[in-house]
Amino acid sequence: MSYSKPIFKEKYDNFINGKFVAPIGGEYFDNTSPIDNSLIAKYPRSQKEDIELALDAANAAKEAWGNTSATERATLLNKVADIIEANLEEFALVETCDNGKPIRETMNADIPLSIDHWRYFASCIRSEEGTATELDANTLSMNIKEPLGVVGQIIPWNFPLLMLSWKLPPALATGNCVVLKPAEQTPSSATLLMEKIADVFPPGVINIVHGFGPEAGKPLASSSKVDKVAFTGETTTGQLIMQYASKNLNPVTMELGGKSPNIFFNSVMDADDAFLDKAIEGAVLFAFNQGEVCTCPSRILVQEDIYDQFIERVVARTKAIVQTSPYDMSCMVGAQASNDQYEKIQSYIKIGKEEGAKVLCGGDANKEGDFAKGFYIQPTILEGHNKMRVFQEEIFGPVVCVTKFKDEAEALEIANDTLYGLGAGVWTRDAHQLYQIPRAIKAGRVWVNCYHAYPAHAPFGGYKKSGFGRETHKMMMSHYRQTKNMLISYDKNKLGFF
Amino acid sequence: MERIAITEKATEIVKQLQAKHGDLIFHQSGGCCDGSAPMIFEKDDMYLDESDIFLGEIADVPFYMNQDQFEYWKHTHLTVDITQGRGASFSLEIPLGVRFIIHSRLLTEEENALLNPSA
Repeated sequence: MSYSKPIFKEKYDNFINGKFVAPIGGEYFDNTSPIDNSLIAKYPRSQKEDIELALDAANAAKEAWGNTSATERATLLNKVADIIEANLEEFALVETCDNGKPIRETMNADIPLSIDHWRYFASCIRSEEGTATELDANTLSMNIKEPLGVVGQIIPWNFPLLMLSWKLPPALATGNCVVLKPAEQTPSSATLLMEKIADVFPPGVINIVHGFGPEAGKPLASSSKVDKVAFTGETTTGQLIMQYASKNLNPVTMELGGKSPNIFFNSVMDADDAFLDKAIEGAVLFAFNQGEVCTCPSRILVQEDIYDQFIERVVARTKAIVQTSPYDMSCMVGAQASNDQYEKIQSYIKIGKEEGAKVLCGGDANKEGDFAKGFYIQPTILEGHNKMRVFQEEIFGPVVCVTKFKDEAEALEIANDTLYGLGAGVWTRDAHQLYQIPRAIKAGRVWVNCYHAYPAHAPFGGYKKSGFGRETHKMMMSHYRQTKNMLISYDKNKLGFF
Repeated sequence: MERIAITEKATEIVKQLQAKHGDLIFHQSGGCCDGSAPMIFEKDDMYLDESDIFLGEIADVPFYMNQDQFEYWKHTHLTVDITQGRGASFSLEIPLGVRFIIHSRLLTEEENALLNPSA
C-alpha cells in the first residue's frame, strides 16, 4: 500500500481569535518536505505584532473560557478527538509529508495517540475534584483549582501533531487560553487541525502563530501577557525562556532532550524465545522515528558475557530495516525532518569515527536513487565507550552507540554518566533487577522490558538537564493551574485580640 | 593556539548581524531537536556566569559553552561555519535563511597538551 504527496493550498495563515488572518507584515516563508525537498506551501513569517494580536485575543477570551463548566470543556475536547479520528488518514499523510516519517507510524502511532490525548484530558477534567478539609470544628479549608489564564506553548518538529496534542488539551481542559507556535519545519498539521476545528472553541481560546524563533518565539516567550510558558527543545533556548519567565515571575515547564541508556542484562539471552526477540527489537528501536525522539534509546549497554551474540543479532535486525518512500506502508525509517538534522547527524557520525568508534553497520547518508533528493541516513550502530562525544550528545538521528558492562554497578555507572535524564530502558528476566535497576537510574521515565510506549495515562518528563515538569498524565493539569485556597470560619466569636 | 575558529563566510554573516543588533555572543547549545548548534544572541540577552566556559573570540564575538558540556568537548577543535537552511531556535541568523553550524575535529596530541595541560 502506497500513498502520494497530499495536496496543499499555496499559502496558509495564522489562526487568531477564531479565524485565519494574514501576518501583519505580509511576509511568508517556504515550508518544504524532507522527503524530496519539494515545496509544501507558504506559511506566515510572523513578527512581534502578530504574537501581540494573538495574546490580546487570548487575554480577551480567558475570563469567559475559564468560567465554562468542566462538562462543556470536556465535550469540546472530545469533539476535537472525533474530528481528528474522522480525518485520520488526511492528518497522517500531511504529517508524513511535512516531517518525513513513515506513513505506517503516522497512521498507527502519531495520529491515534494524538486523538487519545484529547480524550484522556477530557475524562480527567470531568472526574477530578478539588479538596476540602475541616481544620477544626469551625474552620474549613477549600482548595479550588483555577486556570492560570494565558499559556504560551512552543513545540518541536519531531511529532508535530502529537506534541501539540500533549500540550493543548491539558491547558484547555483546565480553562486556559493558548497561543501556540508550531516549529517552522512542520507547521502543516497544526494548520490542518485549525481548519477542521475552527468553530469548535470560542474565538481566542486557541491561537496558532507561525514563524521563526527570534521573530515570533522570543516575543511569545518573553511577553508579560502570558502567565506560563511550556517549551520542548534544546538547552540554550530553554535557559533563555527561563530567563524571560523570571522577568515576569512566570512558571515554566521544560522538556530538553536526553541521551537515554537502553540496558540489556545477560538473562535476556537465557532462552531464544519471544522475549529475546522483543528485546532485540527493543534495541533496534533507536531507529524509530529516524531517531528524532527526545527519549531515543541512543546508548545500548550490554552485559559483557552476552555482548557478542546479542550485538550480532541487533546488527542483523538493523540491517533488515526497510528504508523506502515514507509514503509506502512498508517503510520503517523515513527521511530526517530537515537538512539541518541531516547534516548534523552526518557530522556526528564523522566525529564518532574520528574518536575511534567502530561502525558496525550503516555509517553514512543514503543517497541512492530517489533518496538523493531527500534527507536519508542509514541506520547506524557505533561501538565505543561512554566518554566519546557520540555517547554524550543527542544526535537526534538513527544512530546508536553500543558499549559493554561487567555487572550491575558498572551498568548504572555508565547509564547515569550523562548530563540528561529523560528516558531509559531496562531488559532482564531477573525479578530483582526489574525493580532495583530502574529505581537507581536517574531518569524520569524508565521502560522495563519495553521501550517507546507513550500512553496518555503515564507521566513523562526529565531529571537533570532534561528539564522539569511532567507531560501526559493528569498530574500535568497542575502545571496549568493555580490553587485558590478559601479559608472559611464558621465561628461567630471574635479572636479577642482587638 | 585557539580552541575555536570561524570561516570567512560565517564572519560575513556575523558582521551583518553586528550591524543590526550590536554586540553579540555565541553560545553552544546541547540537547533535543536543534541542540548542538552554535547560537548567536545579543550580548545582554543571555545570562552568563562561571558555569559558562569562554572558548575564545571569533569575529569579535565571544564564544561560550556550558561547563558540563565542555568536559566532553574540550578535546575537540571547533570551527564555526555557516550553511543554507533554517534552524529552529532564537538564534539571530535564522531569519536570514542561513544557520551557523560547528565543525569539530579532535585536537592533536600537541594541541591537547597545550590547551588541556591538566588532562
